[in-house]
Amino acid sequence: MNLAVTNLSLTLVMGLVLIALWIGWHEQLGVDKDIIIGVIRAVIQLTVVGYVLKYVFRIDNLLLTLVLMLIIVFNAADNARKRSKGFEGAFWISFIAILTSTFVVLSVLVLSGSIKMTPSQIVPISGMVASNSMVAIGLCYRNMYAMFRDQRQQVLERLALGADIKNASRGILRETIRTGMSPTIDSSKTVGLVSLPGMMSGLIIAGVDPVKAIKYQIMVTFMLLATTSLASFIACYLAYKKYYNSRMQLIDLNGK
Amino acid sequence: MTLLELSGVGFAANDHAILQDVNLTVEADDYLTITGPSGGGKSTLLKLIATMISPTAGTIRYEGKDLETYDPIMYRREVSYCFQQPTLFGTDVLENLSFPALIRGKEFDRNRAMELMDYVKLQPDMLNHPVNELSGGERQRVALIRNLMYLPKLLLLDEISTGLDSENKAIVWSLIDRLKADSGVTLISVTHDEREIADAKNLARVENGHLEVVR
Repeated sequence: MNLAVTNLSLTLVMGLVLIALWIGWHEQLGVDKDIIIGVIRAVIQLTVVGYVLKYVFRIDNLLLTLVLMLIIVFNAADNARKRSKGFEGAFWISFIAILTSTFVVLSVLVLSGSIKMTPSQIVPISGMVASNSMVAIGLCYRNMYAMFRDQRQQVLERLALGADIKNASRGILRETIRTGMSPTIDSSKTVGLVSLPGMMSGLIIAGVDPVKAIKYQIMVTFMLLATTSLASFIACYLAYKKYYNSRMQLIDLNGK
Repeated sequence: MTLLELSGVGFAANDHAILQDVNLTVEADDYLTITGPSGGGKSTLLKLIATMISPTAGTIRYEGKDLETYDPIMYRREVSYCFQQPTLFGTDVLENLSFPALIRGKEFDRNRAMELMDYVKLQPDMLNHPVNELSGGERQRVALIRNLMYLPKLLLLDEISTGLDSENKAIVWSLIDRLKADSGVTLISVTHDEREIADAKNLARVENGHLEVVR
C-alpha cells in the first residue's frame, strides 16, 4: 500500500478550495456560500461514510449490505426527483429506475464472477451505478420537460390526429433517452485518452498494476453503459405519461 | 340525426371563465360556421369538441353519448381537428401524411395521398420535400390533407384560411367544397373570412364566452 494521505496533508490540500473561493469572489459568482457548504458537507458525509463502511465491511452481513444499498438508491432517487419540475410520482419513478438498473448490473457482475458478493465490492459498485443512474435520470427529466414545453404544438397535432400518448411523445422519448445516455457514450469514447477515471486511478494509486487496473475500468465502462441506458429507458417510459391526464390531454405546463 | 350536442358547456382556466353556458346542436351533414372577435372563446370551443381539453361545466354528447365516456383516441380519429397555424412534424411531407396510417398500424396509402395532394395542387414530388422548405400556404395545405388521409365524420377547422393569400385560400376552400359535396363530412369552421361568413347557411357567433346562433 503506497497511499500517503494523512490528516496533515489533507489539511494542507484544503488550500485548493481557496482557489475556487477566490474565483467565485473575484467574478462575483455568488457561489462562496455553496462552496463552503459543499466542502463541509463533503468532509462530514465522507467521514461518516468511511466509518459506516468500515463497520459494514467488518460485520460482512448480507442484510446490512442490502440495507446500505437501499439507502444509496433511496438518496439517488430523491436527488433525481429534484430535477423533475415536480411531476407526480417522480420519486418512485426514479427509485424504480435506479433500483432496477442497480439490480440488473450487479447481478451480471456477480454472476459473471467480475466482483464478489462481499460488502467491500458490492457497496462501492452500487454507489457508482446509482450515482450514474441518478445523473442520467436528472438529465432525462430536464430534457423531457423542455421538449414537452418547446414541442407542445407538435404533440397536440399528433394527439388531434388520434395518436395515443406514446405515439404523440415518441420523438421526445427518443431524444430524451439519448440525452440520458450520451454523457456515458461520450466518456466511453475518450476514456483513457482524456481521463483516467476514478476506479482505474484509485487502483493505480493504491499500487495495482495498470494492466490489471484497466480490466476493472473496462468492466466499469460496460457497466455504466448498461446502467445509464436502462435507468434512462425506465425513467422516461414511466415519466412521459405524467405529462398527460386521464383523457389523454397534454397538461398545461404554465406555472410549473 | 344529431351528431353533436353541447348543453350548458363552460370552460374556465385559473378562475377565469372563457366559455359559459354554451348550448349547441349540430346535425350530421351540417356545415356550421362560427365567428366572433378574437379572444372570445371560438378556438376554446373547438378544442373542447376535439377533446383537446375537457369542459369544466356542462356536457358534450357525440352521437348521443357523453364525450367523457369515449376513448379519446378513437373519438379523435372520427372528429378531426385542424389547428390554426398548424405545425408539421418530422422531416418531410411523407412523414406527416403517413402518420395517420402509422398510428392505426396500417400501410401508408400512397394513392390516397397523391389524390389529396392533387386536390390541393401539390406536386407528387412534394411528398419527399423537407417540411422546413415549404411556404406557409403549402404547410397549411399539407396539414389539412393530413387530417383527411382517413375521412373523419366531423371536421373542425380553426381559422385555416387566416394568413393565406387569395390563391391559397381558393385552393383550401375548393377542397372543403369538394369534401362537402362528395363525402358528406360534417363541418364546423371557425373563421373571420367575410365571404365565408356571408355564404354560411348555419352561422353562430361567440363573444365574451357566450354563443349565439345567428341563423
